[in-house]
Amino acid sequence: MLEQLEGSKAVARAVAMCRPEVICAYPISPQTHIVEALGAMVKDTTLEHCEFINVESEFGAMSVLIGASATGARSYTATSSQGLLFMTEAVYNAAGLGLPMVMTLANRAIGAPINIWNDYSDAMAVRDSGWIQLFAESNQAAVDLHIQAFHLSEEISLPVMVCMDGYVLTHAIEPLDVPDQELVDKYLPPFIPRQLLDPEDPVSIGAMVGPDAFTEVRYLAHAKQLKALQKIPEISTEFERLSGRKSGGLVRTYRAEEADTIVIGMGSVVGAIEDAVDDLRDSGISIGAISITTFRPFPLDALREAVGNPKRVVIVDRAFSVGMGSILATDVALALAHNDIRLYTVVAGLGGRAVTGISLKQCLSKAVKDDLEKLTFLDLDVDVVERELTRMEQSKRSGPSAENILRDLGTTTPETEGQL
Amino acid sequence: MFQVRIHGRGGQGVVTSSELLSVAAFLDGYWAQAFPSFGSERMGAPVTAYCRIDSHEIRTHEPISIPDALIIQDATLVHQMDIFSGVSQNALVVINTPHSLDDPSIAAYIDGLEKVFNVPASEIARKHLGKPIPNLVLLGGLVALTGIITLKSLHEAILKRFTGDTGENNYAAAEELFDYVQNTFELPPPLSMPRRAEAIHA
Repeated sequence: MLEQLEGSKAVARAVAMCRPEVICAYPISPQTHIVEALGAMVKDTTLEHCEFINVESEFGAMSVLIGASATGARSYTATSSQGLLFMTEAVYNAAGLGLPMVMTLANRAIGAPINIWNDYSDAMAVRDSGWIQLFAESNQAAVDLHIQAFHLSEEISLPVMVCMDGYVLTHAIEPLDVPDQELVDKYLPPFIPRQLLDPEDPVSIGAMVGPDAFTEVRYLAHAKQLKALQKIPEISTEFERLSGRKSGGLVRTYRAEEADTIVIGMGSVVGAIEDAVDDLRDSGISIGAISITTFRPFPLDALREAVGNPKRVVIVDRAFSVGMGSILATDVALALAHNDIRLYTVVAGLGGRAVTGISLKQCLSKAVKDDLEKLTFLDLDVDVVERELTRMEQSKRSGPSAENILRDLGTTTPETEGQL
Repeated sequence: MFQVRIHGRGGQGVVTSSELLSVAAFLDGYWAQAFPSFGSERMGAPVTAYCRIDSHEIRTHEPISIPDALIIQDATLVHQMDIFSGVSQNALVVINTPHSLDDPSIAAYIDGLEKVFNVPASEIARKHLGKPIPNLVLLGGLVALTGIITLKSLHEAILKRFTGDTGENNYAAAEELFDYVQNTFELPPPLSMPRRAEAIHA
């Protein structure tokens, strides 16, 4: 049943339906509403048999979750941005140990410059950690993915991160359907841990592994992720059978068949891309879209198949690797390595800059004429960049760039005369 | 699609207002999306929130740059920021002010706009709530001007969020502004938009 709900509250309810036994989190925007809501549900006993553990930091949160999962508790946390970075060592450990758990990452840029708004620099920073990473293109997808994430995580014994755009999705209020408890109970089997710390049957977890076996243990981690590529579509199909709703899976196409141009994106930007595709189709342009839901493991084969054989592919990425370009585009390029397809990358929406339909359509209109730079930063204010570059050329002590640019934009007060 | 942008100050309930507008629209059988502009929030600082209403699912999540309706909860904001950005001459503009539109504090800013409605929302709020919190009161004015949302849904949306007297008093204030707008202005023709579904409360 549809209800008008905030994305965060709907996700909190979906997580609660999965009957987590341990929730441990440290507050950081923009994930805060999710764990706040879960904390309230534990307190008022809407969510029973669940311990909500307050800790001193994100590092503590992930460490507690590792312990909880190892003792067989269904475990959940949420974080964002620097919070994720602070727990990074434990994030790698959770994956390396093969411990199932689910984490919401309410995506937010990483500083400096400090910024509380949305982009994917946090998710990208841990893309090689061994976690499965799913990206929600809408709040409904976020709700559904969380339920599927617990299933997937416990099935293959790996931690799963559900990425949802901070603010853009977490704070948006929309009609959403949170499946009922009966459906979730039917869908989600009881958690049978592959490894368990149990005094009755003692084992140790976390052996030191030397050169003689490290490659093999790491290879197994890779093999598990590859297995996830099979499991994810199955888990999504099973969810659809019970809920009647298509969600999850590896990739999803939109008006992509036989299209000359395919636009690939992840997360909430997919909505804007699909609107742009509809508009451009109306003006007779052959264009379609692909949404990547599963980013790790990266669905090389499924993506290649979904892309087909267009003339060109435009990748819209909400993050980039400084000195290199788009991270998503690098992965897409590998998937399409043998095809003769022109690739364009658009880096958009950094640090919360809105990806507007107007800018996106202008950019795609250029792309379909092969009149786009290989790497474009959407709505980049070139003048502002040039001014700072000039300053840096002119003076060895041109000062901090972020502050200089804010002064140029009039966001902060100009420096008083004589200060330099 | 009908797009509403709400401007006010931290503490005036700007975000709540857009949220409850979306709930009312949803109850009336529309698809609706509400979200705030995100920043460091503090009392008194300018705050903007958005609400989209449509017959079908809304996929975009970008801020509303060309609103069909503008609600200004605090008229002093017109001096401070470009709140009329993207507002066309046909857009509905509801300004919370006890002054007339000829007042020099407002007149220069609304030049060329054809559908501006000045309403004493803070005064009505003070009467019903004992404090000048105009956010939900103004929704009553918007309901009167658009005709796509019913008072019944607005009532339900407010009571879902504020129980007891707070909810009822806010609604009573909104209803008073609804009547005020109906009796004071020549109303624009009501908007019509197909619904996503039957109204939920009906």
